[in-house]
Amino acid sequence: MAEAVFAVSAVLILAGAIGVVASRNPVHAALFLVQTLVGVAVLFVLNDAHFLAAVQVVVYAGAIVILFLFVIMLLGVDKAEELRIEPIFGQRPLAAVVGAALAAVLGTVVITGTDVLTGLRRAGGDRALDGDATDIERMGRVLFSDFAFAVEITAALLTVAVVGAVVLTRRASRSDVAASGDA
Amino acid sequence: MDLAGLSTGWYLALSVALFAIGGVGLLVRRNPLVMFMCVELMLNAVNVAFVALGAGLNDVGGQVAVFFVLVVAATEVVIGLALVVAINRRRSGATADDVSLLKG
Repeated sequence: MAEAVFAVSAVLILAGAIGVVASRNPVHAALFLVQTLVGVAVLFVLNDAHFLAAVQVVVYAGAIVILFLFVIMLLGVDKAEELRIEPIFGQRPLAAVVGAALAAVLGTVVITGTDVLTGLRRAGGDRALDGDATDIERMGRVLFSDFAFAVEITAALLTVAVVGAVVLTRRASRSDVAASGDA
Repeated sequence: MDLAGLSTGWYLALSVALFAIGGVGLLVRRNPLVMFMCVELMLNAVNVAFVALGAGLNDVGGQVAVFFVLVVAATEVVIGLALVVAINRRRSGATADDVSLLKG
């Protein structure tokens, strides 16, 4: 059963990823991205990470892709891009070579390292996944004890991002323009 | 843990494939929005690997790492799209190749 679910979602994920890379229209790319993200959420459920699956759908498929579509519509760049012309000579073959090399290196790491990575270290106590607690309970416990400082930093990061987005997209007001005109 | 017959290696293989596709897309595409989507693909590949390894090692740390990756991805998209909007306001229809003002 788990194998079948994995196989179906793996096909969905890879097809969506290829769709993102190959589709000419950015809107289509965003919709293919949703397909990949939902497939990843299914894999999270398969690994008993139910909270992350929910967050994946809500934050990624819900918020981030909507933000992408919003910007696409706002900028009016939803016309199809001509993919046949290559602005830089040899870009595509080189990119394919780099991608194949990347996959080969990472694949070698996975093949040689799987035995080491799985079963080397088994967590105990709060962090073990096979206790009675639900995954969200376990994550909350670890987040606000071992990773409390990282959570605080994350809060600061979110604040910086919000302020930065406002500053970057703000139109210069009339007084700013006058001030820069004088200088 | 429902991992009978389905080893972590399969998840890692899928993760590698997804990461490579995202990387190639990042190199090939010129629309900055689609390039961001390819970055999201690569981040999701890493998330798959984190969750699968966390399940394999019986450690919730993998899921915690994915949580932080999600937050950082959200902020990265917010700032990146703000930059795209700001660039497009100055010169509409700009691709990644057109933004070469810093070139010597």
